[in-house]
Amino acid sequence: MKIILKNGYVYDPINNINGEVMDIFIKDGKIVNEFREKDAKVIDCKGKVVMPGAIDIHSHIAGGKVNTGRILRPEDHRRFVIARKFKNGKFFRSGAGFSVPSTRITGYLYAKMGYTMAFTPALPPLMARHTHEELSSIPIIDKGALTLMGNNWFVMKYLKAGEIEKCAAFAAWLLKAVKGYAIKVVNPGGGEAWGWGKNVTSLEDRVPYFDITPKEIIEGLMKVNEMLKLPHSEHLHTINLGRVGNYETTIKTMKLARGLENRDRHVLQITHAQFHSYGGESWKSFESKAYEVAKAVNKMKNVAIDVGFVTLDPTTTMTADGPMEYYLSSLTHLKWTNKDIELETAPGVTPYNYSPKSAVSSVQWAVGLELALLVEDPWRVMLTTDHPNGGPFIRYPRIIAWLMSRKYREDFMKNMNKAVEKRAIISSLDREYDLYEIAIITRASQARALGLKEKGHLGVGADADVAVYDINPEELNTAEYEKIERAFSNAYLTIKSGEIVVKEGEVVNEFYGKTYYVDVEVEEELMQEVERDLDYYFKRYYSVNLANYPVSLDYLTNPTKIERKIERVKVIK
Amino acid sequence: MHYTDVVCTFCGTLCDDIEVTVEDNRIIDIRHACRVGASKFFKASDIKHRRTKPIIRENGREIEVSLEEAVEKASEILADAYRPLLYGWSSTTCEAIKYGVFLTDLVGGIMDNTATVCHGPSVLAFQEVGYPSCTLGEVKNRADLIIYWGSNPLHAHPRHLSRYSFYPRGFFRERGMQDRELIVIDVRRTDTAKIANKFIKVEQGKDYELVSALRYVLNGGVLKKDYVAGVSREEIYELVDKMKSCSFGVLFFGMGLTQSSGKHRTIDNAISLVRDLNRFTKFNIMMMRGHYNVTGSNEVLAWETGYPYAVDFSRGYPRYNPGETSAVDVLVRGEVDAALIIASDPVSHFPKEAVKHLLRIPYISIDAFYNATSMFAKVYIPTAVAGIECEGTAYRMDGVPIRVRKIIEPPEGVLSDEEVVRMIYEKTMEKIKERIEEEAAEKVIV
Repeated sequence: MKIILKNGYVYDPINNINGEVMDIFIKDGKIVNEFREKDAKVIDCKGKVVMPGAIDIHSHIAGGKVNTGRILRPEDHRRFVIARKFKNGKFFRSGAGFSVPSTRITGYLYAKMGYTMAFTPALPPLMARHTHEELSSIPIIDKGALTLMGNNWFVMKYLKAGEIEKCAAFAAWLLKAVKGYAIKVVNPGGGEAWGWGKNVTSLEDRVPYFDITPKEIIEGLMKVNEMLKLPHSEHLHTINLGRVGNYETTIKTMKLARGLENRDRHVLQITHAQFHSYGGESWKSFESKAYEVAKAVNKMKNVAIDVGFVTLDPTTTMTADGPMEYYLSSLTHLKWTNKDIELETAPGVTPYNYSPKSAVSSVQWAVGLELALLVEDPWRVMLTTDHPNGGPFIRYPRIIAWLMSRKYREDFMKNMNKAVEKRAIISSLDREYDLYEIAIITRASQARALGLKEKGHLGVGADADVAVYDINPEELNTAEYEKIERAFSNAYLTIKSGEIVVKEGEVVNEFYGKTYYVDVEVEEELMQEVERDLDYYFKRYYSVNLANYPVSLDYLTNPTKIERKIERVKVIK
Repeated sequence: MHYTDVVCTFCGTLCDDIEVTVEDNRIIDIRHACRVGASKFFKASDIKHRRTKPIIRENGREIEVSLEEAVEKASEILADAYRPLLYGWSSTTCEAIKYGVFLTDLVGGIMDNTATVCHGPSVLAFQEVGYPSCTLGEVKNRADLIIYWGSNPLHAHPRHLSRYSFYPRGFFRERGMQDRELIVIDVRRTDTAKIANKFIKVEQGKDYELVSALRYVLNGGVLKKDYVAGVSREEIYELVDKMKSCSFGVLFFGMGLTQSSGKHRTIDNAISLVRDLNRFTKFNIMMMRGHYNVTGSNEVLAWETGYPYAVDFSRGYPRYNPGETSAVDVLVRGEVDAALIIASDPVSHFPKEAVKHLLRIPYISIDAFYNATSMFAKVYIPTAVAGIECEGTAYRMDGVPIRVRKIIEPPEGVLSDEEVVRMIYEKTMEKIKERIEEEAAEKVIV
């Protein structure tokens, strides 16, 4: 199908286009050079904003713990349902779930907001098949999964022994076996310690038995990441998440990236930085340290953050940080599930209610916004809520409106706990994001972070994933923030792979997007050594046979491979 | 032909180390499988004892028909139904279950799986208090205290003890069973109890009291009674001591606990006990799931609808209220007017009142093996045995997904559950679409 989007205000930061009135030409799923209007569908976008399809780099939408969250919370699903419908001869499935929506409607809800891609950030290798089964039942959007490695026995063993090449070869094997996209590290060492009911609390703590420190794991995997030339950086959920006074650990963690470089992107992503920017001595003196963390980010040019905004909704928290979920549930006394995964990781799930009346929650709300407003370079900021940990992804339009409108923030604060004015600096911040910056933090910086050249922009050759919003930049008044929120909630048009999927906020078409994974080939001799270790460990310590472990491509919708060939793995010192 | 790493699709243990020798499309030798598993392999490959042609029953007559005719009839029954029940879904692959959800959503029916009469109460307790658990490899590598409560794995999950829990050598348990302690709590001295280091006999129906006593003592209470639930005070104190002082404990529980009086309240209490124990040490709990893919059935339903079983689509969106929307209840109340029963035999296992209603309504039976439910079905469609004659995904009791394999060809003309359910779904979709168009056309005329 050929489509021409005419006369829209185009925001395409990767190509430095800032609100110019332009036509976008779409043919066979790609953005192409100008062609004649004959036999093309021409859509008038006059007075509207045209952006690349939005990308969510960190959103728990599929996998074992997400589904555990669904099973755990029937009460959550009653808050939000979508009924089945027939439209244009197609059958659209029903679904339910506010903080953890079922898979089909996850695709619909993302598309409705102009999102065309989302990555699920924590794939436990042993459960990879589950994650891919769920991903393959999410329609419309492109997807991928980041692979958990921070507590993997092989990784810890190799790094401790100083065999970083083997660690790299293992990471390459694992990514290919489970069809993962990047190296994800969650509470390095803490997950293994949790196997004995313990945790790590500083970067220098030693992991029981493996005798390695979180610092060594983070540094080691960061180097492995660069040695394998992976498209994305190390994606790090560092230790002490959600703890009072954890901002110092966060800043120390960032400093571990010193000396490493990559031409195309940052080398370390501090994920959901909001949860890592807390000060104070106890919950009573809990305060925002976003200023300090943002200052460190401004200095460290090779580090990026995704924010993990808190939206003040009742939600379901889920992470591969098992000890943290236990700690949280012991504070709230709400139900708690845990699922330690042999040799690999330890996820947990517990509900949490962020109430605007609570001092802690309201400060958390401020921390996220402060981070986004204080980090100067939007190219190193990504908009996420760590869905559903800080809030469900359907709140992204509201966050956009908060960032764009100081008045909205002020109005919203009126009904909040007064702690937000005393223990955070949000009320003193004047900055308002413009549409260009919004396009960066929701699209361009995420595409760049993922190393996907055909995504996040509207240049010739890019995938034709486009969102059109009913906002006129000429008449934009940030005091009318409801309009902004409404426009971003209901895309005027979402085009995915050159097909119209959403019209005026309604899903009208459905098909399956691509699933990205990386396939890195390393030298054979090295891989053989690793395979010997794999054989030994699988026979003795895993509960499944090695032959039944890898996930076949049958589980992926439109599998899309990012290939790397490393002739000789070079150790980075 | 010799196959290794074959997955046994009998119980929730889902052993994946089976070796099978096949000659002329017949299984002639099986290694590593337990007796129950091996017999399933042999039985599947012995097609003399299977019916391989679809059947339609009309006026008491049984007619062998083609698959297409059977599918046509099945979709007619479902499309005409006002409130159909689609039940079973535990001894089949996730791929089939997925199409089952599509189909139920399409016809606005009720989808329920066998958990409803099995670990359903455990799921309800899960939703009340959570579920601190782990994979079976964690147990193998770390556990030094293993408790089976109301579960007799030697009979129901024969390789559970040797593969995952008591016997195997693990990373931190190099000497295998010598590094571990096995405790069995049950109402009678089962075969598992006989090999345990300690057997605790609880009075029938008093499990809740025993769990409460354990929690009470654990949390600092002083027990004044000499016996609780038939267990002496000394034994209770000793058990609490062991639980507190182990370095990694695990509590496996089966129907003996789940279906004991109190049902989900008992499990709620047991999970709370494990949660309390985590203040002192590492402790996990796990359901001993029966059917090889009952876990997968809960998982697929949950990601497609948000709910693990007893999902009602009659309002156009998923709704969940076990007791109201669960299979036995809708049958006993006579609410459903048609049914599709797959990979299950409710006529043999459901309460009499429920079966009575099922026999009154038209229903479809889809099963690799002809069973009591198939004997009274309006339509019976035989299918291939998953894990032996066709591939697919199944989830082990701890939620680890495993790809089950195909090692022999199914009998001629017999398709997998997945394909049959997909065909019924597509046919039903055609019928429903026609009706929608008809309705729309009528409106225009008016």
